[in-house]
Amino acid sequence: MTKTTIEAPIPGTFYRSPSPEEPVFKKEGDPVAIGDTLGLIEVMKSFTPVVAEAAGTLVAFHVENEDAVMAGQPLYDLEA
Amino acid sequence: MADAAMFEVVKPGLATTVQDLGRPGYYHLGLPISGAMDRFALIAANRLVGNPDGAAGLEAVFLGPVLKFSADAVVAVTGATMPPKLDGAEQPLWTAFQIFAGQELSFGYLKAGARAYIAIAGGVDVPEVHGSRSTYALGGLGGFEGRALQSGDQVKIGAPTGPSKLGVTIPEDVRRAAPASGTLLRAMPGLYWHRITEESQGSFFEDTWTVAPEADRIGYRFKGGRALDFVPRKPPFGAGSDPSNIVDSCYPYGSIQVPGGTEPIVLHRDAVSGGGYFMVGTVISADMDLIGQLQPHQPVRFESIDMEGALAARREERARLDRLGEFIGA
Repeated sequence: MTKTTIEAPIPGTFYRSPSPEEPVFKKEGDPVAIGDTLGLIEVMKSFTPVVAEAAGTLVAFHVENEDAVMAGQPLYDLEA
Repeated sequence: MADAAMFEVVKPGLATTVQDLGRPGYYHLGLPISGAMDRFALIAANRLVGNPDGAAGLEAVFLGPVLKFSADAVVAVTGATMPPKLDGAEQPLWTAFQIFAGQELSFGYLKAGARAYIAIAGGVDVPEVHGSRSTYALGGLGGFEGRALQSGDQVKIGAPTGPSKLGVTIPEDVRRAAPASGTLLRAMPGLYWHRITEESQGSFFEDTWTVAPEADRIGYRFKGGRALDFVPRKPPFGAGSDPSNIVDSCYPYGSIQVPGGTEPIVLHRDAVSGGGYFMVGTVISADMDLIGQLQPHQPVRFESIDMEGALAARREERARLDRLGEFIGA
């Protein structure tokens, strides 16, 4: 098992769910497949999905919902 | 004859657009000036690759594109600290470097600033619209088909006109550093200054404002400071009922409108040219490039400046270009 830390591709505001009323895309312990959406980053009036480029198990999030994130900041850990 | 030199867009980045120094002269018709948000960075990149200052380059915001070149090219990347990579090998910023046909230009994560400028010897060859190759995406005009680049686009490169400065790096003291946390944006109180209370006139310049994530080429929105209170009045004929409404007026480049008195918006290169929101003042031209390099959530303050100070700041900006000229030629 190796743990990989996935970083934010762009700066903005991070969201863990598609809208405030809906459940989070992924929670700790969930399996992650390539192409799964793990969150959204809002910047310049658009929401860019954070899409998994590797499969594994989501171990931990490093950011909270609605946190300000910087490009390159650790977002989540994946174990594969 | 060989095919025209071009690059293919493998990945577009977030919103990568063709920009030159803009399209002045049509603002009275509602057509914004457009052009690079950080003009100094574009000029520096152009001079490194031997282009005229006003040649068209690419503006990449927050996330760099991946471009594959069909022909040899000399390229320079300036502005934001977003390290260029050639077939994966990191290249220096503010430096002219060689790309060979078939090589791929990509970018590492943004480390500082917001917008990187990519100049290519010969310039990006898209048709001029009203005297400029700049993209005005909101109006679907100029640039590459009036929009941001997309995967699969084939973009032509012009014929180089001057000798490039291959291998030359612009030293740090000639560059403009990325804006630090708490950067001061100098602004002149404007025609509608009297509309807010004395207390709000003070708080606007005292408070720390942070860049709202929706800030873009049209306007940079700020939040977090105290809301502005307006002096009571009977709305004049033609003005809306909100205290922040005015009779429609011209919006200068850099003007700071405050809809509802809550979140100031500094109008930038793709701004609308007029409307009915009160403007608290205008950011001086010398500080507009700096705004183009602000990231979301970055804290800033506004600082009051008079006309004499604004003109002195403009002379200092011109001296920055002179230093660039002394180093690399005009």
